[in-house]
Amino acid sequence: MINRRYAWLLLALGAVLLVSCVVSLGFGPARVPVDVVWRILLHKLFGFGEVNWSAGQEHIVWLIRVPRMLLGALVGAGLALIGAVLQAVTRNPLADPHLLGVTSGATLGAVIVVLHVGEIVGLLTLPIAAFIGALLSMLLVLGIANRQGRLDSDRLLLCGVAVSFVMMAIANLLLFMGDHRASSAVMFWMLGGLGLARWELLTVPALSVLLGLVLLLGMARPLNGLMAGEQTAVTLGLNARTVRLRVFVIASLMTGVLVSISGSIGFVGLMVPHIARRLIGAEHRRLLPVCVLLGSVFLVWVDVAARTLIAPEDLPIGVATAALGGLFFIGLMRRK
Amino acid sequence: MTTLTLDTLAWTPLGHDHGHCHHQFQLRDASLHVAAEEFVGLIGPNGSGKTSLLRCAYRFSRPEHGEVRFDHHNVWKQSSRWCAQRIAVVLQEFPDAFGLTVEEVVAMGRTPHKGLFDGDTHEDRRLATQALQSVGLQGFEDHAFATLSGGEKQRVILARALTQQPQLLILDEPTNHLDPRYQLELLQLVRQLKIGTLASIHDLNLAAAFCDRLYVIDHGRIVASGTPRQVLTVELLREVFGVEALIDTHPLHDYPRITWITRP
Repeated sequence: MINRRYAWLLLALGAVLLVSCVVSLGFGPARVPVDVVWRILLHKLFGFGEVNWSAGQEHIVWLIRVPRMLLGALVGAGLALIGAVLQAVTRNPLADPHLLGVTSGATLGAVIVVLHVGEIVGLLTLPIAAFIGALLSMLLVLGIANRQGRLDSDRLLLCGVAVSFVMMAIANLLLFMGDHRASSAVMFWMLGGLGLARWELLTVPALSVLLGLVLLLGMARPLNGLMAGEQTAVTLGLNARTVRLRVFVIASLMTGVLVSISGSIGFVGLMVPHIARRLIGAEHRRLLPVCVLLGSVFLVWVDVAARTLIAPEDLPIGVATAALGGLFFIGLMRRK
Repeated sequence: MTTLTLDTLAWTPLGHDHGHCHHQFQLRDASLHVAAEEFVGLIGPNGSGKTSLLRCAYRFSRPEHGEVRFDHHNVWKQSSRWCAQRIAVVLQEFPDAFGLTVEEVVAMGRTPHKGLFDGDTHEDRRLATQALQSVGLQGFEDHAFATLSGGEKQRVILARALTQQPQLLILDEPTNHLDPRYQLELLQLVRQLKIGTLASIHDLNLAAAFCDRLYVIDHGRIVASGTPRQVLTVELLREVFGVEALIDTHPLHDYPRITWITRP
């Protein structure tokens, strides 16, 4: 019974995602009629139809909105996935990608580069610096949490939070003392945004989300076991420490990749898994695909809000996710 | 023949100094043996080290001295997966954090027999259904585990252990939270399985009724062992448990019956 329900849910969410992706392309500060969007898409994807639109419209749809929509879907999917598995291995419903310390490491990397190094490798400088920061803070968290050969979930979370605070303190200090114009660039990145999306930047996040999904789906049984508790996991033949370490490294690398391009986007990783669990339950082989679809749909639409609410300005998407997501969740809680 | 042997185990809980801990939960020179198809009970007062001993037996806590052997294999020379393929455990820990269905909890028992990326086979599902049937919970597959009563949860966890197809079963106070009917049903069920079983049991009359042999643990030491009739004496109950009791024979069966003497 639950399998049939799952199949329908997956199908429905897949359809919603597909429709969302196409429809969301019609929104934005510049007006492009929906039928033009359709025709541009069909022409670009399948070579259908005649070109009867301006080069500007094609540029906006194909080079700006499509990659941005795709990045939104990828980031939403990735963050939701990471949130779900972190909550399982730490048995903490409040765990989310940002508690790992990875995001603040990325922020510190970005701040240092923007304020003190400059764009040495062009547009990619900020993402690369952020990723290096993320990687270093992951190693730092693991190094501290792993003392005495133990790696329990409380220690991991506490170390993540502690490293996070130290990293943010340094980043904020640098920002406070630094040049204000550079600060606002960093600030925008810190609040999250998909404005950096370009076709050539999509490969790495796409691969990392795909690889992460496949690996974590393969670990679905261990994830279920760990969710049941440390001792139960051991009696089921799982090495809790190894599973936790693997999940943590996969989650950190994915977070690093996503955050380095989109900045820190809150809420998605924390709340989407909870909503997904309400829909399909906590069993991970079913939960993870649902999280991926739900996270993508969610972020695609939040980005629509982000670029239309105060158009022509871009609202930082982190602000939008937090506000909309928080309200949505409160509504959901009250209804239940 | 599958047997479990605990050989002169010593174990101290983490974070306790030898100097000023109250020797609670500690193990000293504890030895114990479970033969194939034997139902062995572990009894002792609170804090005597029952749970510590069981944790050593199912390869959760690593003893500082001594050895845990399963079929002449030192369990610490084998993987936890190896052990889980042979030993199933019913704990008092329930996976209710995020909401799994009964079927999903029971299916977890297949974990030690599965590699990464392995799906559920027909055989896996058959084992899970069979296990649910044998604990009397068929038809509960789609219920949320968290909504069950304590007794039902306990039986689901037993079904999960059965799905593991173990050669030995370890139970940590399996009759806690159960009303008399399910206490009896659960222990009867376990005894019918005809696999080696080691269970810590609080209720001494239940222990007397169901166990082939008993071990008594006190302050981390095994202080007595043998058949219920050999072990359960007025003197032992007074010394180890600090209670007065009358002991006679169950009117219908051939095992000892304990009657507590309470002050008026």
